[in-house]
Amino acid sequence: MRIIIKGGRVLNPGELDGLMDVYIQDDVIAGIVENADATPPFEADSADRIISADGCIVSPGLIDMHVHLREPGEEYKETIKTGIQAAAAGGFTGICCMPNTLPVNDSKEVTRYIIGQAKALASVRVFPIAAVSRGLAGDSLSEYGELKEAGAMGITDDGKPVKNSQLMRRALEYSKSIGLRMISHSEELALANGVMNEGPTATRLGLSGIPNAAESIMVMREIALAELTNTPVHIAHVSTRESVRAIRAAKAEGIPVTAETAPHYFTLTDQAVAEYDTHAKMNPPLRSPEDREAVCEALTDGTLDVIATDHAPHSDLEKQVPFDEAANGVIGLETSLSLGLRLVDAGVLTISRLIEIMALNPARILGLGSGLRVGGKADLTVIDLSVNYQYRAANGFSKSRNTPFDGWEFQGRAKCTLVSGRIVHEI
Amino acid sequence: MGLLKKDLLDIDSLSVDEIQTILDTADGLKEISSRPIKKVPTLRGKTVILFFHEPSTRTRMSFDIAAKRLSADSIAITANTSSMVKGETLIDTAKNLEAMAPDIIVMRHSSAGAPYLLAKALNAGVINAGDGMHAHPTQALLDMMTVREAKGDLAGLRIAIIGDIAHSRVARSNVAGFTKMGAEVRLAGPPTMIPQGADKLGAHVTYDMAEAIADVDVVMMLRVQKERQRSFLFPSEREYAARYGLNRHRLKTAKKDALIMHPGPMNRGVEISPDVADGPYSVILDQVANGVALRMALLYLLAGGVRNADHH
Ligand SMILES: [Zn+2]
Repeated sequence: MRIIIKGGRVLNPGELDGLMDVYIQDDVIAGIVENADATPPFEADSADRIISADGCIVSPGLIDMHVHLREPGEEYKETIKTGIQAAAAGGFTGICCMPNTLPVNDSKEVTRYIIGQAKALASVRVFPIAAVSRGLAGDSLSEYGELKEAGAMGITDDGKPVKNSQLMRRALEYSKSIGLRMISHSEELALANGVMNEGPTATRLGLSGIPNAAESIMVMREIALAELTNTPVHIAHVSTRESVRAIRAAKAEGIPVTAETAPHYFTLTDQAVAEYDTHAKMNPPLRSPEDREAVCEALTDGTLDVIATDHAPHSDLEKQVPFDEAANGVIGLETSLSLGLRLVDAGVLTISRLIEIMALNPARILGLGSGLRVGGKADLTVIDLSVNYQYRAANGFSKSRNTPFDGWEFQGRAKCTLVSGRIVHEI
Repeated sequence: MGLLKKDLLDIDSLSVDEIQTILDTADGLKEISSRPIKKVPTLRGKTVILFFHEPSTRTRMSFDIAAKRLSADSIAITANTSSMVKGETLIDTAKNLEAMAPDIIVMRHSSAGAPYLLAKALNAGVINAGDGMHAHPTQALLDMMTVREAKGDLAGLRIAIIGDIAHSRVARSNVAGFTKMGAEVRLAGPPTMIPQGADKLGAHVTYDMAEAIADVDVVMMLRVQKERQRSFLFPSEREYAARYGLNRHRLKTAKKDALIMHPGPMNRGVEISPDVADGPYSVILDQVANGVALRMALLYLLAGGVRNADHH
C-alpha cells in the first residue's frame, strides 16, 4: 500500500516545518519530500492513494493519554470499538484507557483483553493504564511486573485518589524498577465533598462546593513523593491556579513531574453549571475565570505538558437527573483538537506548541516512539485548519453524548487519521 | 390579573410587580381562614399533587390546607410511597404524575435544581416547595407577607438573617426577595456557615452578630442542625448559643419594635431563647398562618382560578 499526503504543511515541532509531501509505504514513512525535490521514494503514479493536504497541517499522530473506554463492564456507555472510532475521528492515533472498568484493570487478563479487542479492530492504538492498587481499593499494590508484561503502559487509580501516602510512596518506588509511569488523580477527599466548584455560583445555586485546595494539596503531596523517590509523577486533569503554581515551582527545582489539563478546563468556567446543566458536571469541577487563565498560561509556558480529554462517557441515565445525583464527566475525543485550535486562534498557543502538547509530549511521557520521520511508523494526523463545522454530539461516534460543547461552531478538525499507514478516519 | 408563568421555581425569576400581585392576592385570601366555613369553591375540580421527596410535615400540611380551602383535590406523594425508591428516575416519576393530569405539582426535593428538571418535563405547573440548599420561594414570600403586614412597606427596612446561611434555602430566597423589594439584608453567622461569595447575593455579610442586628427592623433566626456539628461547622450548641443565639439582652441593639422571625422548627435555647420566641414582637406564628394564605394565592394564580373566583 502506497499513500502520498500531498501539499500539506508538515509540522514535527523542533524538527520539521514546511510544505512537503509525505510518502508512505505500507506501515512506515518512506520519504518526506519538499515540493521541489526531484527524488521521491516512489513515483506518484504508483501510489494507491494521494491525499490532498492543501491548507492542512500534517502532524505526528495525536495521542490522548486520558480516556475512559468503559469496556469491560459498562458497554452501554462506550465500548472499545466506539471509543476507538471517536478517537480516530478526533485525530488520535493512540489513546490510553483508564483502569476503572468492571472488573478493574488490575490484572494481566483485563489488560490483555483490552489490547486484544483493540488489535482486532486494527485501528487506533490503545495503551491500557493499570491500577496502582488492587481493585482501586487503595490498600495493596497491583502486580506491576505482570501488568507490564501484558502490555500496560502506566499505572493510576484514576477516579480515586491514592489516599495512603505510604502506599503511594511504595507504588512509585516499585513501579520505577518496572518502568510504568505513575499518573495521579490528585484529590483530597475530605475537602472534596461537593458537586461543583466552590464559589459564588455554587452559593447562588445552593450546590455544595469543592475548593481549589482539594486538588492542590494532593498535587503538592505527589510532588513531595516524586522528589523523595526521585520517580516521575504525571498529574492528571489539572484545573486550578494553585496546582499550576506548585507544578511550575517543582519543575524549576528539577523534580520529575509532568502534568496534563483537559479542554474543558481551558475553555469553560463554573458558570457553565448555571442552569444546573449536568453536562458541565465533572471532577475536578470547572473552576473560576482566574483558574482558566492560569491553565492557559501554563500550557503556553510549558508548566502543563499535555492536553488530554479525560473522555468520560455516561448515558442519559446518569445525566438526566438532579445535578447532585449526576455522574461526573464529559466526552471529549471528538472535540479536543478543535478546542485546542481555538487556543491557537486566540493567540494563546502556536500551532507548533499545540502539536507538542497533543502529540509529542504524551508520547515522550509514555515512552512511545513517535514523531514524523523517514523510517518511522506512519502514525499521522492531517489537520484541516480551514474547515468550519458545527459539532453535533448526536452525530458523533461515541456511544454517549454528555458534552457541554454540543452545537458549538468550530474551525479546524482532523481531516484524516493514519495509523501504521492505514487510514482509520477520513472526511 | 394573574401570573404569566407556568411555574414558581425561585424568587429571582419573579418581577417586583409579580411579587406584589402574589402578596396582595394572599392578603385578600387570608380572610377565608377566619370564616366559620373555611372553604371556597375557587379551585373545585382542580388537582394538586404534593410531591415530597424529602420529609416536611409543616410545608406539606400548609400546602394541603391551602389546596383544600380552595376546594382543590390534593394528593400527597412522599418519597416512600413513590416509585423513586425502586430506581425510577425523577423524569419517569414526573411523567407518571403527569399522566394523572394534575394542574399543579408542589415539589420538595433534597437536590438543588430538581424542580427545574420537573418543570421542563411537564405541562403541569410546578411550585418549588424547597430544593436542596437552593431555594424556598414560598417561605420567602410568606416572610415578605408577614413583614409587610406589620411594617406596611418593605422598601427601606433593615433585615438581619442569622445562622447557617450556607445550608439555608430560606436565607437565599429571602435575600433575593427582600432586596428585590428594596430592603437591606444583612447575613451573619460563623465563617463556617457563610458560603464563599455570599456577599454577591446582594446582602451585607458579617460574622459579628452585634453588627448584624444593630438598628434592624427584622431579625430572622435560622434553625441550627445538630448534625452539622459533625462536619465541624461549630464546636458545640453551647458555644453557638453564646455567640449567635438571640436573647433579650442581645436584642436591645435592634429597633425597639423589631420583628422576630423563624422559619421553624425552632431549637429553643440554641438559636433563640424562649422568651424572645414568645415575646411581643415575635411573628413566628403569623408566619405559619400567612403560609396558608400565601400558598392559597399561588395555587389560585397558577392554577388559573381567576375565571371562577367567587370571593371578590
Ligand atoms: Zn481522574
